[in-house]
Amino acid sequence: MKMITSVVKPFKLEEVKEALRLAGVQGMTVTEARGFGRQRGHTEVYRGSEYQVDFVPKVKVEVLCDDDQVESVVEAIMASARTGKIGDGKIFVLPVEQAYRIRTGEMGTEAL
Amino acid sequence: MPEIDSGDTAWILVSAALVMFMTPGLALFYGGLVRSKNVLGTIMHSFFALGLISVVFMMVGYTLAFGSDVGKVVGGLDFLFLNGVGAEASDIAPTIPHSTYMIFQLMFAVITPALITGAFAERMKFKGYMVFMALWSVLVYSPVAHWVWGGGWLGGGEGNVGALDFAGGTVVHINAGVAALAAAIYLGKRKGYPQEAMRPHNTPMVVTGAAILWFGWFGFNGGSALAADGVASGALVATHLGAAAGMLGWLLPEWMQHKAPTTVGAATGAVAGLVAITPAAGFVEPWAAVVIGLVAGMICYAAVSLKPKLGYDDSLDVVGVHFVGGLVGAVLTGVFATTAVNAAGADGLLYGDASLVPKQLIAVAATAVYSLIASLALLFITDKLVGLRVSEDEEMEGLDLSQHAEAAYTYAEGGGTMSTH
Repeated sequence: MKMITSVVKPFKLEEVKEALRLAGVQGMTVTEARGFGRQRGHTEVYRGSEYQVDFVPKVKVEVLCDDDQVESVVEAIMASARTGKIGDGKIFVLPVEQAYRIRTGEMGTEAL
Repeated sequence: MPEIDSGDTAWILVSAALVMFMTPGLALFYGGLVRSKNVLGTIMHSFFALGLISVVFMMVGYTLAFGSDVGKVVGGLDFLFLNGVGAEASDIAPTIPHSTYMIFQLMFAVITPALITGAFAERMKFKGYMVFMALWSVLVYSPVAHWVWGGGWLGGGEGNVGALDFAGGTVVHINAGVAALAAAIYLGKRKGYPQEAMRPHNTPMVVTGAAILWFGWFGFNGGSALAADGVASGALVATHLGAAAGMLGWLLPEWMQHKAPTTVGAATGAVAGLVAITPAAGFVEPWAAVVIGLVAGMICYAAVSLKPKLGYDDSLDVVGVHFVGGLVGAVLTGVFATTAVNAAGADGLLYGDASLVPKQLIAVAATAVYSLIASLALLFITDKLVGLRVSEDEEMEGLDLSQHAEAAYTYAEGGGTMSTH
């Protein structure tokens, strides 16, 4: 099992969700996040002063999947979240030791 | 002696309610401008004034402002605890009940010290705020209100300066703006200012608050005619145009300089226009109201932009908007006032009388000097009595939790138990 964490532009969330559903993903967790990469931040103006804001709004999407699904899930996110401009985000793939479904106690890929 | 006029009475009662609504409007205007950890503390600085200052003004503030004149400096004690302030009219407003005049004035007394709180936002101890506000209301607001409106030396009448202040440009805005400067200097900067970006946490709240202020200002200026007549109508028109032009006047240089017309700028420009039109509202033509608003918007924008270079932390720009806007309004009233609009007023520079501008400047200077010295003294006294500034830990934690034991925004319900004792 793997956890695929992606950090994407907020307005891309709907497209990413659809692409993941088509790739066979059944559930996901979404968190409103802030961050910066090479893109750095942006400038805001309040009452005649400019503020350099480092952390820009992002959405973090976490998906659990079987090892053999990793490639298709990553591809789905990559294709749906890309605009080609700086700030499109990142995808991380992490190993997952165990997963449980709370209601039934099922374990492993059964719990996904 | 004219009789009580029902139209006048109805309008001033409505105006009192409109002016009351300005203080919660100010609470939202200021509350949106601070960081989310201080929104409740900031809202309380305005909203609590409705509780505290109303009672203080009822007890002693009203009589010090509007009691029988003592040496043209302060009112006598005849109306202590509103003794004798009832259904009969008073000399100052002969067509409305004395209690109507009083409640209208009470709302002015509430919002004026609340304006100051923007200067010490995000770092004031609640107890210190309370003591300072009460002392300031009694010892600064009431005497200055007496000087201008209560028969004192700055207003009209034999041997007085004869400055024009229709609805409180000097009494309210110059007075509060200078006290704000004193408070910002006395308290020092917020921790992290100006290195850290301290951005407004809720811009829609700022705009909502500004809109409520604009609405309430129709009572503030329109009601200051103390009658439901042509002067009141003209004042309401001038007020609206001043706000509108203030918005345009602010956005123009902002858009040119920063490539963006901001919503906070639109809101602040409108307030600057309202401040500047306040002394002029009942004395000027509509076109002059537009000029006053435009000039105020532009000059206040420049003043607020300059603030980071001046070294003090007037957190929400009370000096740049209320002192500077008040100054613009006072001077331009001296230029654009005309007896064609209000026979009880005077002709300004444009209408052939060059003596009004100096009179306006005397009123501004006298108010500013008194407010600065008295405010610094009261800040010092309050500091010795109960302390003014929160501890560094409390400031980091935020006023909401450290002063009020509350959180404005709870992101997840639950996660705790209630103690029932």
